[in-house]
Amino acid sequence: MTARSNSMPARKLPLLTPETEAFWTGGKNGELLIQRCGTCGLYQHPPLPICSACRTETVASAAVSGKGKVKTFTINHQPWMPGLDEPFVFAAVELDEQAELYIFSNILAAPEAVTSGMRVKVSFEHLDDVWLPMFTPDGEAGDEA
Amino acid sequence: MKREDYPEKQVCITGIGQTKAGRPSDRSALQLTLEACLQAIDDAGISVDDVDGLICHPGKTPEGGGISPVGTVETMMALGIRPVWTNPSSHEGPGHMAAIFQGIMAIATGLCKHVLCFRSVAQATARMTSRSSTLLTGNRERVDPGNNAFTVPYHAYSPVNLWALYAQAYFDKYGVGEEELGWVAVNGRRHAMHNPNAIYRKPITIDDYLDARMISTPLRLYDCDSHIDGSTAILLSAKDLAKDLKNPPINIEAMGMSMGAFGEGLHSGDFTMTPAEVCGDMLWNRTDWTPKDVDCAQIYDGFSIHVWLWLEAVRLCGRGEAAGFIAGGERTAITGELPLNTSGGQLSAGRFHGYGHTHEACAQLWGRGGERQVAGAKTCMAVNGGYGYGAMLLNCD
Repeated sequence: MTARSNSMPARKLPLLTPETEAFWTGGKNGELLIQRCGTCGLYQHPPLPICSACRTETVASAAVSGKGKVKTFTINHQPWMPGLDEPFVFAAVELDEQAELYIFSNILAAPEAVTSGMRVKVSFEHLDDVWLPMFTPDGEAGDEA
Repeated sequence: MKREDYPEKQVCITGIGQTKAGRPSDRSALQLTLEACLQAIDDAGISVDDVDGLICHPGKTPEGGGISPVGTVETMMALGIRPVWTNPSSHEGPGHMAAIFQGIMAIATGLCKHVLCFRSVAQATARMTSRSSTLLTGNRERVDPGNNAFTVPYHAYSPVNLWALYAQAYFDKYGVGEEELGWVAVNGRRHAMHNPNAIYRKPITIDDYLDARMISTPLRLYDCDSHIDGSTAILLSAKDLAKDLKNPPINIEAMGMSMGAFGEGLHSGDFTMTPAEVCGDMLWNRTDWTPKDVDCAQIYDGFSIHVWLWLEAVRLCGRGEAAGFIAGGERTAITGELPLNTSGGQLSAGRFHGYGHTHEACAQLWGRGGERQVAGAKTCMAVNGGYGYGAMLLNCD
């Protein structure tokens, strides 16, 4: 999988903001940080200045298990830019902590092996000052090079 | 419940204009805009000087690969008019129809009598210069949170990657597949054959659809619309003035709108519904009419999957039933129970970016469809948008 990643064009990285920095850098400590409300307990992603349910400012980043399932996915075949010539999987991952708590990512696995509902776990790809959450099949040895 | 004091009840569509779909055009985006605007004005039979409001969607931007290269100020200058009102339509808001909704409100509040709404695109020209200009990567070194920052870092450079997720989820939930989805493209192409301004007019079969290259599973080439250069203009007029113009006024029986935040990364539900559901509720709450009253439908088709999602959102199909409704093509044919995307839609006629659908709805209601005319069409649903949502139920007796 490392070879696949290296053959791709450089990833366009996200701008870090006060709200998003924790999410994009939690991988430095091996943690997937998702914003959670200290008042009502709701997880929310993307991160925002207040809780979108109870509207309090008591939101803070919380480490989650990093486990979830592929809610839905696509295998991209179109070479949008030079070097993007291998099929790869782009997916919505539903985290175990809460129903409909989705984050988008790549599934680092053979595209034909990916299915909706498949269990996955987080890993991180470190680029510059960003640790991109990535996902690999959970419990299947040998998927990570 | 229907109320006669709703803003859309004070306003009619009185003229339409549309340029050729260029790939690319040899005319500038401003030239195309003026051509469409003057056509719409002439179509209604008003004087250019009667236009007292001017609006476009989504407002001029130098970025985005020709997504909106012309604004209202240069259009005002070139038309030599002195409108009292303009307003940039928000970047997605209630979808592409936002400009039309704002125009309706400007007339209903008494600010204007005739508002010209236009939508111009120059994406074909932009892509001649830079193949990647229409990708979601933006022009800055980093992607900001409001600009697909949660998806672009994962090489999801096109909206097709996002909508593919919805198509796959719909397949998984309802047990349908690529052969059903292919009928959206086949249906549109069949109608485009009779639209002289469509960019693709050669009929395709389901086999052609399945043989075309995969873009992002399960979406193939014919599931995606095509960029063009072109402009569409829709003229709105106050109801009391509309009755004396050239065309029978097209009434706006009801409108619906809603917002989404897909570009910001917010998705809820199970990827088989969008915030367009709110738009559908709003529309049907503003009229006593029902989906059975709709004679034909112009449903946004930036990607084929939009049509399934929209048909259900505006209650023209039950939940999970849109795929089966379109499959086989009989029910959505020109002579079928609900003729669908009679111009070919964006998939075949080109990405006029929503305004092609409203233009075609009006053309059908005015009996200008030629070989694709729906016999006796009096009521048409037009809907726009993938990231923001707008719908109008149009009627002309």
